[in-house]
Amino acid sequence: MTLELLLQYLVAGLTYGSIYAVVAIGFNIIYNATGIINFAQGEFVMLGGMIAVSLSRAVPLPLAVAGAVAATAAVGALVEVAFVRWLKRPGVLRLIVITIGVAILLREGALAAWGEGVRSLPYFTGDEVSAISLAGARVSPQVLWVLGTTALIVAFLSFFFGHTMVGWEMRACASNREAAALCGIPTRNLVTLSFVLSAAIGALAGCVVSPITYTSYAIGGPLAIKGFTVAILGGLGNSGGAVAAGLVLGVLESLSVSLLPTAYKDVVTLTILLAILVVRPSGLFGSREASRLRDFG
Amino acid sequence: MRTSRAAQVAAFGAVVVAAQLAASGAGKAFFLTQLTMSAYYTLAVLGLSLLMGYAGQISLGQAGFFAIGGYTSALLTTLDLSSRRGHPAVAALVRLHLATPRPDLFGGQVLGLSPWLACLAAVVLGAAVAVALGVPVLRLRGHYLAMATLAFGTIVSSIAVGTQALGAADGISGVPPFELVPGLRVGGGSADRVPNYYLAWGLVALAMLLLLNLIHSRTGRALAAIHGAEDAARAMGVDAGALKLRTFVLAAVTATVSGVLLTHYNGGIGPSEAGVMKSVRYVAIVAVGGMGSLWGTLTASAVLNFLSLRGYFGAYDDAVFGGILVAVMLFFPDGILAADLRALLSRVAPRRAPGEET
Amino acid sequence: MALLEVDRVSKRFGGVQAVRGVSFRVEEGTVKGLIGPNGAGKTTLFDLVSGFRAPDEGTIRFRDRRVDGRPPHEAAALGMSRTFQNLKVFPHMTALENVMVGRHVRSTGGFVSGMLHTPRSRREERAIAQAALEAMEFVGIAGLAGIPAGSLSYGQQRGVELARALASEPALLLLDEPAAGLNMRETADLAGLIGRIRERGVTVLVVEHDMSLVMSVSDEVAVLCFGEKIADAAPRAVQENADVVRVYLGE
Repeated sequence: MTLELLLQYLVAGLTYGSIYAVVAIGFNIIYNATGIINFAQGEFVMLGGMIAVSLSRAVPLPLAVAGAVAATAAVGALVEVAFVRWLKRPGVLRLIVITIGVAILLREGALAAWGEGVRSLPYFTGDEVSAISLAGARVSPQVLWVLGTTALIVAFLSFFFGHTMVGWEMRACASNREAAALCGIPTRNLVTLSFVLSAAIGALAGCVVSPITYTSYAIGGPLAIKGFTVAILGGLGNSGGAVAAGLVLGVLESLSVSLLPTAYKDVVTLTILLAILVVRPSGLFGSREASRLRDFG
Repeated sequence: MRTSRAAQVAAFGAVVVAAQLAASGAGKAFFLTQLTMSAYYTLAVLGLSLLMGYAGQISLGQAGFFAIGGYTSALLTTLDLSSRRGHPAVAALVRLHLATPRPDLFGGQVLGLSPWLACLAAVVLGAAVAVALGVPVLRLRGHYLAMATLAFGTIVSSIAVGTQALGAADGISGVPPFELVPGLRVGGGSADRVPNYYLAWGLVALAMLLLLNLIHSRTGRALAAIHGAEDAARAMGVDAGALKLRTFVLAAVTATVSGVLLTHYNGGIGPSEAGVMKSVRYVAIVAVGGMGSLWGTLTASAVLNFLSLRGYFGAYDDAVFGGILVAVMLFFPDGILAADLRALLSRVAPRRAPGEET
Repeated sequence: MALLEVDRVSKRFGGVQAVRGVSFRVEEGTVKGLIGPNGAGKTTLFDLVSGFRAPDEGTIRFRDRRVDGRPPHEAAALGMSRTFQNLKVFPHMTALENVMVGRHVRSTGGFVSGMLHTPRSRREERAIAQAALEAMEFVGIAGLAGIPAGSLSYGQQRGVELARALASEPALLLLDEPAAGLNMRETADLAGLIGRIRERGVTVLVVEHDMSLVMSVSDEVAVLCFGEKIADAAPRAVQENADVVRVYLGE
């Protein structure tokens, strides 16, 4: 394999990997705030892309993206309010099944609204053929958009959780819900906020990657599985770990295409997931405490 | 208790017969085909009900085992070994009636493995995979277990879709009928509709009897204890880990057998049977029927599968099951049918205290 | 050789040393009390003996066989049985079914015999139900047999747990705060019950906060404080022990 080909694989891996990382971060935000694993996380990415494509017919691209993010964030809030908020002490089994059901409903809703076709946003800068030379590989400018957006999301979240009042309150809520509530922190609204945030970043990722990978009603499920793999790999709840793990998984998956038939690309990821769950559920970077599932409620 | 159980199964038998007479009498004998398919799906669902309702373990991979059963038997029975007739192993198989010649579509002779051998191979494979998967994975809790079984199901599905030898997206077709005993076979054409119907639901009745017996036995009690308060169960001498594994394997085997039988009935199998949506469907049905209630689950399975197969849900098939799942979990976590059916049945066949016999 | 020998057992959780070098013995046919202020390590010790946790150091021998580090179901098979401080009845099963689970170690039916409903398994079921009913009669709750355990009162659920633990005919019965939540009359009944249990030849190790109960039923009492044993003698001697008095304010 030539160096140039290797670099192409690497770039592809990093691109997909950063999307997986964003999905994983979305998982982590909700998990940290509530202990729930939101199986519908992948659908937020899908909705972001799909809504943006529809909006882009009517308004300029930046507005379409902003609108899609806002709309998906609203969907996230709706999901929380409708399905999660009023449950008293739901068991883990129940929550799992509910979020799976929600994921299916969102997916089928998208199918009904947009049909089976694939669609994509126009390239943010340039077009399908424009390419930048990056260390010898020919890379689409959209890739830079993806990587840049991911970095921006990570930076924003670091700032948010590290230096803002609301972010601190969410961390308090994650750490000890009862104590936080006793301090007057509006825990129920923060739970909604966690869904809103996860949905928003998912949607943004969906928009920025859709020119490269196209989007359709069915992409949510596989994305959720990969995002979950990355979240576990990086240590559930640990978003720095998620970024590292996402990039690693993306590259591994990309390189596996050179060894195995493309149809088995998913099998690689899934086997990694199984292996990690079995061998080291706390992930590469997580603590053993984190791997003990929290209770919701 | 045994009388009560026998009465339940007898009542069920009556319903099965009544349904057949009604369908045939009303000129809708083709309903029997979908009902037969529902019966085979119900086998898989019943196993899952035991796992989820009694052992309290979720599995999103039941369709994966169904596919292992279906694909293994499809592959082995559609093999053509006729070019290797001379080989001693093949000759031995023929002599033992484990490889049977059949006419193919073009008038030639095809030599495939006997469905009994294929079924055995499928069950062994399914059980082995269940053990290999279950040992590490059943230690996990909640979300992790769900995701692990989901990953397993998706792996099987991906392999089924992506492998040429398994027919890729088209699956495997031309699977011959499965002759259980001379004169009684799974599969065949519309002339065999009624016997197939009774055979399928007869197998379901048998499975119900075995499972009901299990639930009311020492093992069933131990399983319910694990679900009720696992620490206390362990303190009372219940080896929870071993029991969960065995239940997981049992559930996997019911799905595997279900896959084998349905594949022979349909004459083929495709990758959609392995998909996550099928696993979700099984979970939804168990949820509707009530996690601990076998009769409830059977009813839910018969009705929902039948409606789905008849196309009543149209393009919204998956959405319906997804919606059912959410609705049941939100509003009826104990299952819609569970409570009512139990009350109904206890009026039909009153409960006796355990240990009392007729 | 005592029935239960705990030898220099230690256990730490993260930064907390819950149990530090504790040793004691429980002689066969006696009742041993284990007391100490909250956080003294009593429940941890119980978990170590019954197999729910493994000690970092030290050994635990039951009938001269090492049981430390063995899983709870093995301890049960060897003849140990326990109740739980925060009740763990099986809420959706009837009281009788709860107690029948207690017979698990005294029966053998598995998946196959269960599914096939063999005559042998049917006989075993009758025997299990019979023994369970006897245990319930001994505890005095036979009338509750058909009631789902989850809907019983607190005191009744305690009775169910006790009957369940007794149903296995253990050699050693571990009682974890059996009097918690009971009123004075119920506590007195419990004391009588423990006495009758001892008469049957069952050895008892009981963790308790209720001083009068422990002192009245125990042959020997061990006192834990901050994970260490500070006294181990007959009840009278323990009550007069200066260290013990100091550790307990009031009660």
